[in-house]
Amino acid sequence: MTITSPSVQSESLGKGDQRPMPQVSAASEIFQETLALTRRLFLQLIRRPSTLVAGILQPLIWLILFGALFANAPEGLLPGGGSYGRFLGAGVIVFTAFSAALNAGLPVMFDREFGFLNRLLVAPLRSRASIVLASVIYITLLSLIQSLSIIVAAGLLGYGWPTLPGMLIVILVLSLLIFAVTALSLALAFSLPGHIELIAVIFISNLPLLFASTALAPLSFMPRWLSWLASINPLTFAIEPIRASYSNNFHLTDIVLIAPYGSLNSLTCIFILASLSLFLFLAVRPLLDRRLN
Amino acid sequence: MIELKHLSKTYGGGKHQPVKALNDLSLQVPEGMLYGILGPNGSGKSTCLRILCTLLAPDSGTVTVSGIDALTQPRQVRRLMGYVAQDVAIDKILTGRELLSFQADLYHLSSNKRDERISELIDLLDMGEWVDRRCGSYSGGMRRRIDLAAGLLHSPQLLVLDEPTVGLDIESRAVLWQVLCQLRDQGVTVLLSSHYLEEIDVLADRLAIFDSGSVIAEGTPSDLKKALGGERITLKVREFSDLHESARLRNLLLECPGVRDVVINKSQGFSLNLLVDTQDVSEVIRRHLMDQDVPVFSLTQSRPSLDDVYLQATGRTLMDAELAVVGLRDPKAERKQSM
Repeated sequence: MTITSPSVQSESLGKGDQRPMPQVSAASEIFQETLALTRRLFLQLIRRPSTLVAGILQPLIWLILFGALFANAPEGLLPGGGSYGRFLGAGVIVFTAFSAALNAGLPVMFDREFGFLNRLLVAPLRSRASIVLASVIYITLLSLIQSLSIIVAAGLLGYGWPTLPGMLIVILVLSLLIFAVTALSLALAFSLPGHIELIAVIFISNLPLLFASTALAPLSFMPRWLSWLASINPLTFAIEPIRASYSNNFHLTDIVLIAPYGSLNSLTCIFILASLSLFLFLAVRPLLDRRLN
Repeated sequence: MIELKHLSKTYGGGKHQPVKALNDLSLQVPEGMLYGILGPNGSGKSTCLRILCTLLAPDSGTVTVSGIDALTQPRQVRRLMGYVAQDVAIDKILTGRELLSFQADLYHLSSNKRDERISELIDLLDMGEWVDRRCGSYSGGMRRRIDLAAGLLHSPQLLVLDEPTVGLDIESRAVLWQVLCQLRDQGVTVLLSSHYLEEIDVLADRLAIFDSGSVIAEGTPSDLKKALGGERITLKVREFSDLHESARLRNLLLECPGVRDVVINKSQGFSLNLLVDTQDVSEVIRRHLMDQDVPVFSLTQSRPSLDDVYLQATGRTLMDAELAVVGLRDPKAERKQSM
């Protein structure tokens, strides 16, 4: 065999390093791999910012157009007596976080389809949960950035600002909702055959869940069957505490939702969201374990 | 180094017709060797390598790498090996250097070691001019080189490559071949699958020929060809014959002195492949056929090749085996399986 390739030099290729490996802790390795996986997702976002921009533009258009649509609604029509824009703000903030988290499975699905996931799976990751953890970190930060942009936009449009303690509640509630929806989206990404099916599920679930919640109208506006649906919709449990957090005399124990089955305060809503988030992660864990191991 | 014992793997079932990808396959790859796996598409090469690389679990059988059970201790095995997959999976948004850096973090290299290895591999694979461009702009050859660099980054003891030269330009293929030979010379075990005869013939110290999920021949290329012995003659009495005529001619030719064996090549118009003792036999055959009033459409003589080894075992050439599976395979189902 004669191979003439001037470009190839003959330096050491280094056969499997036989020197004893320095003892590195599991936590340090998990940190290194999770950081690398997360950094990759953010590099993708920075270099292809359309996801970020579209995720802000869409709810912003909702906020402006829907807010304008009911701008001249009679005073006192809504519970609490505020403007429709102020009422709508909380709904659009939650919808922003929900939509972003629902897309969490897309990068994973593309990695599956293009074979990049195999590159991760042949690597000696200390824990393959790093792949899930990186997705959760990425989508949580992305969703929060988008939601905070909408909070600022709503404030600038004159729909009010949350109080400082209220802001902490907003971040907590959004984070819980994002965790729950991310778990669901990742489960779909590992179980559906391709991105077309995943996008179809996202399209089908997105708007109906928005309409069957208290994002656009209070329960009292709805027929009984829809108010029942809205009262068990997780979006409603996120919207109502956030809406309440815009009030100057906000208390966690104030009633925020008068549902057909009873009245709920902010604390109960947050507890339900936390339970749902925990339940969904526990429920999808066997599927993720099976797919990743 | 690698020991695969009684591996079986079946895909499908349920709605789909089950496909037996591996059928009680056993294989041993000695340490420090460039070992080739040759076989047509659908012969089980990729399934075998995917099981070895811990991407897929077999239905039955055992996989051992350097004495470590890959099925019970996959992470330890992953540390030892680099894998270059059939389809180059790179992130188009990252630059080549960022991809290598990402890969280094997945293998937990320290930052010093990472920078040192990336720099070495950039020089080795001549990637300096384009490694800081985004992978999306790379040609097939560049993509393959960056993929190989990623597989070598952690200095593995074992490098597994699944059909790495498919669609490569000549220069990239030459670079790849040279690197593989260097690796072998430095004691790295290289396991390479291919359906290119000449690639395995030129590169491999030993090889296994796969067909229908089993190993049908194993040895060094020269031993396998030597085992066939003699010269090869391909004979056609007409462009397209039939089985009945070829079977009759086979019996006729076996009577000829110097003819050791005759194989009917069903997929090439029932041509006859003869194993003969010496070069002079071709004239004897011609005369013998003329005496029997049998016309000769074509008669070609050649040294035995790996294709003859395959033909001897299966009754068809590698190319015919490739053509036979075109249309039979379900790319959608296979893609789903690999996801």
